[in-house]
Amino acid sequence: MLSIRNLHAAIDGKAILKGINLDIRPGEVHAIMGPNGSGKSTLAAVLSGRADFEVTDGTVDFLGKNILELSPEDRAGEGIFLAFQYPVEIPGLTTTNFIKTAVNEVRKYRGEAPLDAVQFLKIMKEKMALMNMDQSLLSRPLNEGFSGGEKKRNEIFQMAMLQPKLAILDETDSGLDIDAIRTVSNGVNTLRNKENAVLVVTHYQRLLDYIVPDFVHVLYNGRIVKSGTKELAFVLEERGYDFIKNAVNEGQEA
Amino acid sequence: MKTDVLKVERAEVDEDRRTIERAVQSEYKYGFVSDLETDEAPKGLNEDTIRFISGKKNEPQWMLDWRLRAYQLWLKMEEPLWANVKFEPIDYQDIIYYSAPKQKISLNSLDEIDPELRRTFEKLGISLDEQKRLSGVAVDAVIDSVSIATTYKEQLAELGIIFCSMSEAIQEHPALVQKYLGSVVPVTDNYYAALNSAVFSDGSFVFIPKDVRCPMELSTYFRINAENTGQFERTLIVCEDKSYVSYLEGCTAPMRDENQLHAAVVELVALDNAEIKYSTVQNWYPGDKEGKGGIYNFVTKRGICKGINSKISWTQVETGSAITWKYPSVILKGDNSIGEFYSVAVTNNHQQADTGTKMMHIGKNTRSRIVSKGISAGFSNNSYRGLVHIGKTALNARNFSQCDSLLLGDKCGAHTFPYIEVKNQSAMVEHEATTSKIGEDQIFYCNQRGINTETAVALIINGFAREVMSQLPMEFAVEAQKLLAISLEGSVG
Ligand SMILES: Nc1ncnc2c1ncn2[C@@H]1O[C@H](COP(=O)(O)OP(=O)(O)OP(=O)(O)O)[C@@H](O)[C@H]1O
Ligand SMILES: [Mg+2]
Repeated sequence: MLSIRNLHAAIDGKAILKGINLDIRPGEVHAIMGPNGSGKSTLAAVLSGRADFEVTDGTVDFLGKNILELSPEDRAGEGIFLAFQYPVEIPGLTTTNFIKTAVNEVRKYRGEAPLDAVQFLKIMKEKMALMNMDQSLLSRPLNEGFSGGEKKRNEIFQMAMLQPKLAILDETDSGLDIDAIRTVSNGVNTLRNKENAVLVVTHYQRLLDYIVPDFVHVLYNGRIVKSGTKELAFVLEERGYDFIKNAVNEGQEA
Repeated sequence: MKTDVLKVERAEVDEDRRTIERAVQSEYKYGFVSDLETDEAPKGLNEDTIRFISGKKNEPQWMLDWRLRAYQLWLKMEEPLWANVKFEPIDYQDIIYYSAPKQKISLNSLDEIDPELRRTFEKLGISLDEQKRLSGVAVDAVIDSVSIATTYKEQLAELGIIFCSMSEAIQEHPALVQKYLGSVVPVTDNYYAALNSAVFSDGSFVFIPKDVRCPMELSTYFRINAENTGQFERTLIVCEDKSYVSYLEGCTAPMRDENQLHAAVVELVALDNAEIKYSTVQNWYPGDKEGKGGIYNFVTKRGICKGINSKISWTQVETGSAITWKYPSVILKGDNSIGEFYSVAVTNNHQQADTGTKMMHIGKNTRSRIVSKGISAGFSNNSYRGLVHIGKTALNARNFSQCDSLLLGDKCGAHTFPYIEVKNQSAMVEHEATTSKIGEDQIFYCNQRGINTETAVALIINGFAREVMSQLPMEFAVEAQKLLAISLEGSVG
């Protein structure tokens, strides 16, 4: 469903992504790991259409469409969802109001009728139970004063409400306590089916115990330098990134 | 079959419309924006203009004398220049001071209203008929210089409430008018107030007797329609002991290249335990994108909490006008009285706003609260100017002020001028101010959730203004939210 070919991206003339290749099929879970600053969040931002990054080369095909030509909101309409590493606060705008607007805008894009208040509330109640989400959080302004963990949980709650085809989770586990990781992972797993896919960015193998990946990729210096199955995550946990870095650097020198 | 029926109906509707259009065109041949035939005073201002206005309204001698005295005082005054706004000098001889749609209507029968006039109101989203009446809002409509219709009058009269045009009040309730007119905003208060006192043509008068809670929102819509016309309306609201009223004014004007002057005066009087809630949704024509045309909105609004435990609350949503110069204020005279000011002022393109409030604490244990939200976009300038004055006698006075500015883009300006004068040591005055920008992060976050930039900006500014918007009567909050979004259309992204 997602096919990334030779993707290059730069910010302010500085190259960050330097030739990414990645294929994701429906029903799959892919994990991306890699050292700080390697370009994981940049990849997520480029896929979701952040304008700050300039795509200098390559293609991204999502369900038969060249999404690089679409605005971020249209990509969301097509079913791409990004759980942000750093969710944004919007003072005064209640979380419920925000989510309702989002859900109905996406429905509009797909040519579906907007949900009325009753329908929306019903779905919201369902997903709240699923995500163990507190009602009081939803009536507060979006992310304002939320704890780190609450913000992350709110991201996955929004994912549950929007039911995307491709969910990109950027370090959703960092900041979550042990119980919360379990709840959030459960939420993600419940939403999985044959038609949708998940791309998880994480630094820790632990999350992958809950959201079990079909593939693990290591991103280093703007490239995917190693791919494997879930066992790769254990190797990384044990040995760190040095052995990969060294291999890459030696390869380059040779 | 079905389509045929539709066609026939469509044809009938079209025919109806053409008939109306023909009628309107043949009958109303003057080039006004709403083709209303008008009855106007000659351009310019002198004693004769004032006599003309007063004469048109069959005013008693005392009213004419009051006007003439105001005019004499105005001649000796100078235009204030301290506000943070810039404009070409106004030629007061180039303004028409009285303009009235010519048709005769009996105020009881709204059905007889000129269809063109009715359409004007429909365009404004104001319906003078049953629909709105059922929703429980009494409306007074002022076009140019005269009040066109006041709804719900009889029902209100049963409770002893007077809600009528100022002209009618001068005829029917002269004692009340004489007692209170100019008692809060004296003729000499400022240049524009003096001008208004001399030439005001209409406005609304509200009187709520002792122990009565007005059961519905009272509302006035102002409309400047005719060309070269200034609008000088005068509103007076008096709440006797233990009474309550919530009042809303809305205003619009058509697009014109030249600037038009709007210099209104609003006076509120709250006696013991009375409460007045005054809300404004101001949407006068702001001028075009280059800053050509638009209304000069120079308005004096002041209330006095005359009695103990009384309360006056101003809420304003200011989106229109080329220039706004306006400081709705409260004199807190009665012990334990409360003054509030909630404001959202939006400026876009080349609009300029210098607005805020004055809270004058005189009585003991008086409290005031100021919440001002300024939103600037384009090349506009938005200033908050507020005075909190704690007098010698104001023991244990309290004030809290919150002034937040939100900037869209980097060519606009936001300024805060808080003045604080404390003459009594027991006072507690708090002032907080913030300035922020709509962040790209916020907009991208919304975009990523499927929300386009236009809608995202609307959500963000409505969030920013929420504390103020929540003060508006329910019926108008939604309208006001849309207005905020519309006035900022195209200013981001
Ligand atoms: N707006 C920006 N301006 C300049 N450089 C940027 C910008 N955004 C990202 N970068 C740079 O791009 C590189 C990749 O950043 P990115 O956030 O994608 O890393 P990451 O792999 O997500 O790291 P982490 O594990 O710390 O989240 C970093 O060197 C970062 O400093
Ligand atoms: Mg990152």
